[in-house]
Amino acid sequence: MRLSSLMFLLRSLSLWDLLRGLRLTARRLFSRKITLRYPDEKTPKSPRFRGLHALRRYSNGEERCIGCKLCEAVCPALAITIESEEREDGSRRTTRYDIDLFKCVYCGFCEEACPTDAVVETDILEFHFERRGDQIMTKEDLLAVGDQYEEHIAEHRKADAGFR
Amino acid sequence: MFEWAADLSVWIRVGWLLLGAMLILVPLLAAVAYYTYAERKIVGFMQMRLGPSRVGPRGLFQPIADVLKLLTKEVVHPSQASGMLFRLAPLAALVPALGAWAGIPFDDGLWLANIDAGLLYVLALTSLGAYGIIIAGWASNSKYALLGAMRQAAQVVSYEIAMGFALVGVLMLSGSLNLAAIVQAQSGGMLDWFFLPLLPLLLVYLVSGVAETNRLPFDVVEGESELVAGFHVEYSGAAFAVFFLAEYSAMILISALTAILFFGGWLSPLEGTELARQVPVLDSGIHWWLLKTAFFMFCFLWFRATFPRYRYDQIMRLGWKVFIPVTLIWIFVLGAARFAGLAG
Repeated sequence: MRLSSLMFLLRSLSLWDLLRGLRLTARRLFSRKITLRYPDEKTPKSPRFRGLHALRRYSNGEERCIGCKLCEAVCPALAITIESEEREDGSRRTTRYDIDLFKCVYCGFCEEACPTDAVVETDILEFHFERRGDQIMTKEDLLAVGDQYEEHIAEHRKADAGFR
Repeated sequence: MFEWAADLSVWIRVGWLLLGAMLILVPLLAAVAYYTYAERKIVGFMQMRLGPSRVGPRGLFQPIADVLKLLTKEVVHPSQASGMLFRLAPLAALVPALGAWAGIPFDDGLWLANIDAGLLYVLALTSLGAYGIIIAGWASNSKYALLGAMRQAAQVVSYEIAMGFALVGVLMLSGSLNLAAIVQAQSGGMLDWFFLPLLPLLLVYLVSGVAETNRLPFDVVEGESELVAGFHVEYSGAAFAVFFLAEYSAMILISALTAILFFGGWLSPLEGTELARQVPVLDSGIHWWLLKTAFFMFCFLWFRATFPRYRYDQIMRLGWKVFIPVTLIWIFVLGAARFAGLAG
């Protein structure tokens, strides 16, 4: 019998490798746990996080979107549908601004394309729909999100401004 | 004239026996419920997770929720399954697993039945549990269940032999088949326990015990990546819960037997020293048996968290080509030592 095979025999009969495995798991038993109790604890998010969409307004209440349709053009998933008309004061504004959130791939191209920073992706990721059809966010829905989270959105834009 | 009195005394005896059985079974069932909790918690911790933590403080009510869930679920009966056997199988698995506890001595004088051939009784009942699994696999009329049952049959045949041989060593040292007498034969302190002279047999017994109860790394019987759930694929609800109960009480039984056969049962490791005489907790008692059993129960979970599943042919190789020769050689060594007057 060769020496190496004798060593192998001794090694396996003494359960050396198995004991090493047991030692590893015994150490893990007392190590810090990496589980996050999700609804109670959450991972930090980057200000650049791309979640639910919103349409923003200027501080005087005027909506930022000028209906240029650059976002519609750049959208790779064809999730955005825009129709626009001339308003009484002669400025161009959208009459329809729909984002289908089932089609959307959350690439963020729309907010990059937007010349007025009107359409943005917030860091809201916990949203759901209860009826078929609800996934199409209309202009009113998007403006409502923007109005509700404007401070939050502005803060994140500012934090990320240096990298844009 | 005293016939009624004789009758009464018989009924009193039966009543006492039933009471004793309840005193064993109720804590056992509670232990099984919390063993599943401990399993999920410990395996989770070893994988750096938290395990169940949301039902009650630290997830402590999780087993209760699980039991309620299983009992309220529908028991699905496959139309092609064999009716009688399909219903019988869970019981055939459970009854031996619980019945074996009748012969276990918990403390000096604390047992339901002090059977002269107690070791044989326990060994026979643990082997009978395999029938439940084989019947379940056969009666389900499902290829996965049948494959699981066939594997179980082969596994039990292979490991029963090694297990039996490992116990022959215990018999040689103690000279008795009575479990209480086996514990008594180990009295005298930690170094008189059988695990030292029988170390190879202890390892063989422990690993065979894991294989007998179909626990990882020997769970090819229900290996979910190959057989969905093996022999109990077709069982749901309460019927599944019964199989679960049988498996876990068998695990606890193997742990209890390891403590009794190799680690001196209720005997204290400090037995006979001055310290044990002064501090009552350190002296022999049921708590030592519980402690030892709990340790081996922990080992079951530890093995599960550590070792990957064996391939089927590896299991057969280990059983036939490693364990049986090792036990035979050690029995021979033991016999030679006894003949030379070295041991026991």
